[in-house]
Amino acid sequence: MTAQKILSTIGFYALVVVIVVFSVFPFYYAIVTSFTTGTDLFKINYWPRVFSWANYETVMGGRNFVRSIWNSIFIATTTVVFALFLAVTASYALARVRFRGRGLLLMMILAVSMFPQIAVLAGLFELVRFLGIFNTPYAMILSYVIFTLPFTVWVLTTFMRDLPVEIEEAAIVDGATPWIIITKVFLPLLWPALVTTGLLAFIGAWNEFLFALTFTSSETTRTVPVAIGLLSGASQQEIPWGPIMAASVIVTVPLVILVLIFQRKIVAGLTAGGVKG
Amino acid sequence: MTTNSGGLSLTQQRQRAAFWFIAPMLAALFFVAAWPLLRTIWFSFTDTTLSDLYGGEWIGFDNYLSVRVLESGRWIWRGTLVDPAWWNAVWNTVRFAFISVFFETVLGLIVALVLNAEFKGRGFVRAAILIPWAIPTIVSAKMWAWMLNDQFGIINDIMLNLGLISQKIAWTASTETAMTAVLIVDIWKTTPFMALLILAGLQMVPRDIYEAARIDGVNPVKVFFKITLPLIRPALAVAIIFRMLDALRIFDLVYVLTPNSAATKTMSVISRENMIDFDKFAYGAAQSTLLFAIIAIFVSLYIWLGKVDLSGEGQK
Repeated sequence: MTAQKILSTIGFYALVVVIVVFSVFPFYYAIVTSFTTGTDLFKINYWPRVFSWANYETVMGGRNFVRSIWNSIFIATTTVVFALFLAVTASYALARVRFRGRGLLLMMILAVSMFPQIAVLAGLFELVRFLGIFNTPYAMILSYVIFTLPFTVWVLTTFMRDLPVEIEEAAIVDGATPWIIITKVFLPLLWPALVTTGLLAFIGAWNEFLFALTFTSSETTRTVPVAIGLLSGASQQEIPWGPIMAASVIVTVPLVILVLIFQRKIVAGLTAGGVKG
Repeated sequence: MTTNSGGLSLTQQRQRAAFWFIAPMLAALFFVAAWPLLRTIWFSFTDTTLSDLYGGEWIGFDNYLSVRVLESGRWIWRGTLVDPAWWNAVWNTVRFAFISVFFETVLGLIVALVLNAEFKGRGFVRAAILIPWAIPTIVSAKMWAWMLNDQFGIINDIMLNLGLISQKIAWTASTETAMTAVLIVDIWKTTPFMALLILAGLQMVPRDIYEAARIDGVNPVKVFFKITLPLIRPALAVAIIFRMLDALRIFDLVYVLTPNSAATKTMSVISRENMIDFDKFAYGAAQSTLLFAIIAIFVSLYIWLGKVDLSGEGQK
């Protein structure tokens, strides 16, 4: 090895270390802080020095935060199931049937998912009030359709396009109707895609803030992001950083674990839209 | 062999089924997207208030721009288009969008190039960069708010120890640094996403091209600019537009990290504030309609000028 080669190898690994530290450090620091209480919070700790579950007890002991977690789980699950249900049939039609205006329709669906959500806020607010679902989970379930549905349709369409034509042709020759083709032929092949898409849509719904902030008015109906976002002390000086970090860790750890388990599939799902050019 | 019901050809039969498969989705999208959008635009031409959603009257363009000539001959302009707070928000949003997307693209490209190389522990690095992406925006805003805290924040401590700053900075509170704080958090959170999109593009580039360049002894920098960059341009263009649209509508990070700071207030934040908090519902609707129009124009220009194929139909 020449000196130059050794140097460039060292440089490369230094870059790798910087990337990893920069990515992981904030989350690590949140975990360290979440186990710190009292005056220890106001000393800067690079390494965990104290270990106390007190912040977690504070957060989970308050009824409202646990309530928020259930709200979020209910809302995100319902939204995803509904979106997947509508998306499977729609994306079959968009991926496998040739008809006029298909490209335009796909562009429209993409446009909706790229929508600035604020642009529909006034109209949705009226709709939510009109339906009498203000300050209930159904307000969020309704409004989250705006980003989960286009996203699931889009990703499932790209997945379905890649399935071989032959299996479908065989089914058609056997006289299968489109409905049979979807449920008996495609659905079994689509399971991995459904899991990935569902997970990504779930994360999207779990993290949403604007609608959840606007369509709830009491602490018991808040979702997790709103509960954490509005968690504050009596004044700027009294922000309860310990409990906030504990709450943050509680809602983030499951997501991080899920994402790490489904890594490969998530990367495939994220890059499915359009990037294949 | 196929059973033709009612004399329809197979294609017609499939197209008919396709219609019924797509109809429920379109109905749902109309209900939650198109209709509310139309209502928002309609509200922006009325004087509707939050407490009385149905009591608004048509006032034309007054929420956008109106002029009244006083008896003394003075002209009084009113409306969003002459509201300095609105233009401040526009400037904040545009500045945020361009700077954040620029850095995310450059850093994302670097991370993607690293991940595209073969080295020990690549899987581990890829898992590590997924963590910022997996953390909810609100949570990352709070985490960074703590790290950027003026008195007890670790960032100030690190920078003091390294001698980069001489005194502690109130990152999120001070008007000079608030935008920087928002940018830092957004770049931290979104660079991984950018890197993954670019990486997908990089992996499409055939390896033997690099092999040939290496044998010919072409300078790696030259390889990057002459081979890699042109080949991943389509993937890059799509990734940039996705990020740009996301950045232009940013709400949650700004709202939580720097509440009520004029230095960071974006178009989405100011629209919602007027709509919900200040009871200027119709005025906020006008501002969100303007944001929608700005984004629509931007996308059309980008697709038209860049000839970006977003639908993926072109490859077939």
